[in-house]
Amino acid sequence: MNVDSIRDGIVIDHIAAGNGMKLYRLLGLEELDVPVAMITNVVSAKRGRKDIIKIDADIPVNFDVIGYVDPGATVNIIRGGELKEKKQIGMPERLTNVLFCKNPRCITSCEQEIEHIFRLSDETKKEYRCVWCETKAAEL
Amino acid sequence: MARYVIDVPDLTTDELAALMDTAEDIIARPDDYADACRRKKLATLFFEPSTRTRLSFEAAMYELGGNVLSVTGAGTSSAAKGESVADTAKTVSCYADIIAMRHPKEGAALVAAKAASIPVINAGDGGHCHPTQTLADLLTIRREKGRLDNLTVGLCGDLKFGRTVHSLINAMSRYEGLKFVLISPEELKLPSYVKNDALKKRGIPYEQTTDLEQVIGDLDILYMTRVQRERFFNEEDYLRLRDSYILTPEKLKKARADLSVMHPLPRVNEISVAVDDDPRACYFKQVLNGKYMRMALILMLLNIKGGAQA
Repeated sequence: MNVDSIRDGIVIDHIAAGNGMKLYRLLGLEELDVPVAMITNVVSAKRGRKDIIKIDADIPVNFDVIGYVDPGATVNIIRGGELKEKKQIGMPERLTNVLFCKNPRCITSCEQEIEHIFRLSDETKKEYRCVWCETKAAEL
Repeated sequence: MARYVIDVPDLTTDELAALMDTAEDIIARPDDYADACRRKKLATLFFEPSTRTRLSFEAAMYELGGNVLSVTGAGTSSAAKGESVADTAKTVSCYADIIAMRHPKEGAALVAAKAASIPVINAGDGGHCHPTQTLADLLTIRREKGRLDNLTVGLCGDLKFGRTVHSLINAMSRYEGLKFVLISPEELKLPSYVKNDALKKRGIPYEQTTDLEQVIGDLDILYMTRVQRERFFNEEDYLRLRDSYILTPEKLKKARADLSVMHPLPRVNEISVAVDDDPRACYFKQVLNGKYMRMALILMLLNIKGGAQA
């Protein structure tokens, strides 16, 4: 399989196999009018199998979404065909409008303008809680 | 954004102690505080029914020499026209100096606090938090026992859904030498996340039982809550358990002479009226202590020194 190198864009690497499509959807990549390559089940020395997403455009990407879906993923920023920056994402402390509170008694359930903000409450359990009502986030 | 109190963890242990000291000073020297909040206005925004909490806040402000602007019920406010909590808070910030707010939706008080330019006190947001009840509980324990540490605290009834119980456990877990005895039906046991966060992580000893009479003799504090019928799937279970948690003078015979019986109120039948005359009954003192702690909290958030500090 041959996927061309990208010149100016982003490579999301070391995504745990199976998380690639979830990230693709949550980052809204299907809505982009730029070349995006989704490579799944690549052999990886670090993770056994991994997924890779290549975006051949200089577009803003929500790193919090990447960190939430897969804190082990890395983001490579490519400029002029060269690796300009490599970022280890990790779990974000806060997520805004990524997760949505399912508690029907939460104020966000009746006021549409309020942002759905979740804070990392337990890193070992990968647990997030709504900042407004403290309800635990449901898995995406 | 001004300082706010949405839940007890918004206050440091030193601030809690200072609030209790102020409340004690108000009790000892009420006249010294009679004009402390002169020309200040408290807005009580109560979007769901409340008797005790709203009256307590209003009495607190009047006893500090301040005034009260009041909204009771969503139907009589702009909320009925669809105004957001944030806009209501911004608007009221133009009229009042401090807000006490009760709202049926969880998180509403925090939304108001982040929008307001004046301090906001959460007077209850759905089943989420009710910090001034916990402040009343803490002052009651300190006044009755002379301390907040080295106590065996029994919590009895609905420990699963009772927000006052969760909040009290969280608040008291700051103090040394405590032991909790959790008395409830199996169906209404304390949720594991409260046990983990407040007790296990901090190494605080606790025991769980379904039998109040078996443990009542070990307790310094007995905090009663209501076992609610609607929490049971099975009517038989409810009827079986309900009566075992009704505190009667007979059951109190097994308790220590210095036990303090508390209840956040309102009660239904979980404490027999005959217990009211027992000197160990503290639940109406709790109501009064709630007013004094609300006075102390209003002073703190308005940065007003009263009494000897003025």
